[in-house]
Amino acid sequence: MSGGCGRNPPPFPDDEDQERAELDTQVLDSDEDDEDDEGEDIFTGARSKAITPTSAPDEGDIFSEEGSYVRSDVHHTTNGLHSDEELDLFTEATVELTLTNTTSQGRREIIGPTVSACNTTHVPNSILKPSIVTKTMEELKEEESGDQFELNIAVTNPEKIGDGMNAYMSYKVSTQTTLPMFLNKTFSVRRRFSDFLGLYEKISAKHSLVVGKEFLMLTLVGKEDSSSAEFVEKRRAALERYLQRVVAHPSLLQDPDVREFLERDELPRAVNTQALSGPGLLKMINRVSDAVNKMTIKINESDNWFESKLQEVENEEQLLRRLHAAVDSLVNHRKELCSNTVVFSKSVAMLGSVEENSALSRALSQLAEVEDKMEQLHQQQAFSDFFILAELLADYVRLLGAVRCCFEQRMKVWQRLQEAQSTLQKKREAEAKLLWANKPEKLQQAKDDINEWESKVSQYERDFERVTCTVRKEVLRFEKEKARDFKQHIVKYLESLLHTQHRLVKCWEAFLPEAKAIA
Amino acid sequence: MMVGAFLSHSLHPSYLHLQRSDASSNHEHLSSVLTSLCVSPQQEGLDDGPDFLSEEDRGPRAVNVDLQTDATLQVDISDALSERDKVKFTVHTKSTLPNFKQNEFSVVRQHEEFIWLHDSFVESEEYAGYIIPPAPPRPDFDASREKLQKLGEGEGSMTKEEFTKMKQELEAEYLAIFKKTVAMHEVFLCRVAAHPVLRKDLNFHVFLEYNQDLSVRGKNKKEKLEDFFKNVVKSADGVLVAGVKDVDDFFEHEKTFLLEYHNRVKDSSAKSDRMIRSHKSAADDINRIASTLYTLGTQDSTDLCKFFLKVSELFEKTRKIEARVAADEDLKLADLLKYYLRESQAAKDLLYRRGRALVDYENANKALDKARAKNKDVLQAETTQQVCCQKFEKISESAKQELIDFKTRRVAAFRKNLVELAELELKHAKGNLQLLQSCLGVLKGDT
Repeated sequence: MSGGCGRNPPPFPDDEDQERAELDTQVLDSDEDDEDDEGEDIFTGARSKAITPTSAPDEGDIFSEEGSYVRSDVHHTTNGLHSDEELDLFTEATVELTLTNTTSQGRREIIGPTVSACNTTHVPNSILKPSIVTKTMEELKEEESGDQFELNIAVTNPEKIGDGMNAYMSYKVSTQTTLPMFLNKTFSVRRRFSDFLGLYEKISAKHSLVVGKEFLMLTLVGKEDSSSAEFVEKRRAALERYLQRVVAHPSLLQDPDVREFLERDELPRAVNTQALSGPGLLKMINRVSDAVNKMTIKINESDNWFESKLQEVENEEQLLRRLHAAVDSLVNHRKELCSNTVVFSKSVAMLGSVEENSALSRALSQLAEVEDKMEQLHQQQAFSDFFILAELLADYVRLLGAVRCCFEQRMKVWQRLQEAQSTLQKKREAEAKLLWANKPEKLQQAKDDINEWESKVSQYERDFERVTCTVRKEVLRFEKEKARDFKQHIVKYLESLLHTQHRLVKCWEAFLPEAKAIA
Repeated sequence: MMVGAFLSHSLHPSYLHLQRSDASSNHEHLSSVLTSLCVSPQQEGLDDGPDFLSEEDRGPRAVNVDLQTDATLQVDISDALSERDKVKFTVHTKSTLPNFKQNEFSVVRQHEEFIWLHDSFVESEEYAGYIIPPAPPRPDFDASREKLQKLGEGEGSMTKEEFTKMKQELEAEYLAIFKKTVAMHEVFLCRVAAHPVLRKDLNFHVFLEYNQDLSVRGKNKKEKLEDFFKNVVKSADGVLVAGVKDVDDFFEHEKTFLLEYHNRVKDSSAKSDRMIRSHKSAADDINRIASTLYTLGTQDSTDLCKFFLKVSELFEKTRKIEARVAADEDLKLADLLKYYLRESQAAKDLLYRRGRALVDYENANKALDKARAKNKDVLQAETTQQVCCQKFEKISESAKQELIDFKTRRVAAFRKNLVELAELELKHAKGNLQLLQSCLGVLKGDT
C-alpha cells in the first residue's frame, strides 16, 4: 500500500498510530477544503478538475492516492494533491493512505456525472463560502435531505464452498437500486467473509469519523467458531446489517471501494485479514474503547452542545445495554419455554393414551398437539426477539461507543491545539527574553520558531473547527438514522408479535370444540 | 429490619383479609366481594378480576359434587387471615342436620387441624373402603417471601418506579398463592361434606363446630419419623399386596390402570409446572423491557422518545396479559393435574387397603383351615375369618362405587378445566391481538 508519493507510510498501522493516522487523514482532507476556499493555491484547479470526469492515471501517482473524508456534500475522488503542503504536519505521525487500484477508467467516468448531479447545490457552497464553520444547523440538515435514492441490499444464500481446511462460507450479496452510479439496476455477487473484512479495512482507513465502521468487527469477532446453522444465520444477518448501514451513509456510498464490493464479480482476495478477524482486532478495539472511557479533558466551548450530547450518548448507551440484557433474557426464557413445552406436550400425550374415557383421551392428545404448535410459535417468537430486537440493540450499544470515539478524536485535536498554543507562548517568551538579553544571532531562530508555531496554531485551529463541524454533522446523521432504524425494527417486532397471537388464536379455537366434546 | 417492616406492612390483616359475606356462600356474590378487595392498580386495565377469582373458586370445588343443591350441610371458608407464619381459616357451616347445636356457625381453624381431620379419616377402619379426599397442601409462602426479601435487599439498585412495580407484582403473587391455598382447604372440606358417609363423621362435626382450639399440634420430630417409617413399611407392603392377583377383574384392571395413570399424571404435573414457570419468567422479562423503554422515553422529548413511551406502554399491557396467561394455565392445567395426582394416590390407597384386607382374608382362611386340621382354636379362627371376610366384602363394595365415581369426577373436572383453559387462552390472545393492532396503528400513523 505504499504510494508513489514522497512519504512512506507503513503497510498497516499499528495500534497507537491508527487513531492518529485516521485523524491526520481527516486533517489532510480538511486542509484541502481550506486551500480551495482561499483559492490561493494550485489545487483549486485540481478541485474543479475533480468535478468533471477525471483521468486519473495520467496525472501521476499522486492522483491515485485515495484519501477521502467525511462531508456528505463533497466528492472524494482525488485529494492527494497537496501532499507537499502537509509534509510538516506529518513528521510526527504516520499516515495511512490507501491507493485504490482504479479498476477501470470507466469507473471514474461514472463517478463524475453522479457527483455533479448530486452535488450541484453543494459545490457552490464549499467554493464560495470562505469559512465552512459558519454553517448553521439548518444548512447541515438540508444537506442531509439530498439523500433520496433507492438502494436495497440483501445478504442471502450462505453456501459452503470447498472442503476440509479450505472450506469457507460464501454469501450472496444482492443489490437492487435506482442509482445511476451503478452499472445495472439489479445485480448480485458472491462474497466470502474475508471480502467483508477487506472492505472494512479499506473503509476504516479512509473514513475516520464515520460512525459505524467499527461495529462490523465487534459484531463478528468473538462469536463462537462453529458451523452451526444458528451461527451462520447470525453472521449472515450481521453482514446484511453492516452493508445496509454502510450504504446508508452518504459518503461511504460514494466510495468506489464500496461500489466495487457490491458490483465487481471477482474481488482480489483480501490479504492481511487474518489479523483483523482474530483476537488481535478485538484487543485493538477494546483498547480504543478503553481510551475513550478515560476521556477527562474538558474543552472550553461557547456552546455546550458537545458536552451535553456526550452525556446523552453515554446515558443512552447505558440504557440500551440494560434493554439488551432484558431482551436477551427474554430470548433465553422463551427458548426454555420451548423446550419445556415440548416435553410437556409429550407427557400429556402419554397421559391421553392411558386415559380410559375415549373422549377425554382424544381431547388430551389434542391438547398435546396444541402444546406442540405453541412450542413452534414460541420458537419463532424467540427467533424474532433475537434477530429483530436483540441484535439491533447490541449494534446500537456498539455504535454509541463509536460515537464516543468520535468525540474522543475531537478531544485529541483540541489537545493538540492547546499544546501548540502553549508552545507558541513559550517561543514568544523565549523571543522576549532574547530581545531583553540582546542576543541577535539567536533572535532570527526565535523569530522563525514563532512563525512556524503561529502557522501551526492557526492550522490546528482550523482543524479543530473542521473536526467539530464534521463530528456534529455525523452525530446528527447518526441520530436520524438511529431513530428511523429503531422505529422500523420495533414496528417489525410488534408485527411479529401480532402474527404469533393470530396463530395462537387459531390453535385454541381448533381445540375448544374437542374439549367441549368430552363426555 | 427493612424486610420485616415491609412484610408486616403488606401482611397487615386488613390487606390480606379475604372477607366473604356471611349471608350466603353463593359463589357469584363471593367472587365480586373478593374482587373489590383485591383491587391493585395493575388489574384495573383488564376486566379479568372477577373472572379470575370466580374461576379459581369454582374450579377445584366443582371437581366434586354440585354443592348448591345440598342444603343439609354446606361448608365453606368465609374468611382467611394470613399472619407471619400461619394462615387462619374461618370455616363457616350452614346445616339443617339435627346433630348441630345451631343452624349456622363459624370457627377458626389452622392448617394442622385440617391435616388432623384427614389423618383421622385415613386411620379409621370405618372408612377403609372409601377414597379419602386428599389433604390440602401446606400453605407455602416461602418462595414468595424469599422474593420479597430479595426485593427489599435490592431496593437501592433500581429506580423507584421499578421498585414499586415489582413490589406490586410480588404482592399480587402472594395474594394469588393465598387464594389458592384457601381454595384447596375449602375443596377438602366440601368433598368431605358431600360424601354420604364421611359427612357423618364425629371428628368432622367437632372440627366444624367446636369453637375452641382443637389443640392439635403439628407432628413433632419423633412422630414425623414414625410416619416416615410407617410409609416405608406401607409401600413395601403395598408392593407385596399389589403382587397378589385379584379374582375380580374390575379391581385387577383398576389396579393396573391407576398405577400407570398416577405415574403419568405425576409426570405431566411436574412438566406443566416447569413450563408455566418459564412462561412467568418471560413475562417478567417483558416487564423489564417495558420499564427500560420507559426510562429511555423519558430522556428527551424527541420523536423517538415519544415512540419509546408508546411502545413501553404497550409492553406493560401485554406483559399483564402474558402474566395472566401463565396464571390461568397454572390454575386450569397445573392445579388440575396436581389435584388428580393426589386423588389418584388416594384411590391407590383405597386399592391398597382392599388388597390388604384381601390378603388378611386369605390368610385368615388358611389359618382357619389349619386350625380345623389341628382342631385347635377353631372358634377363634372362625371368628377372625368372619371378621376378615366382612371387612373385605364391605371394602370391596364401597370401593367399586368410589372408583366409578372417581372416574366420573375426573372426566367432568378435566372437561371443565380444559374448556375453561381454552376459553381463557383465546380471550387473552384476542386481548393481546387487539392491543397490538391498536398500538401498531398509532405507531404507523405517526411515522
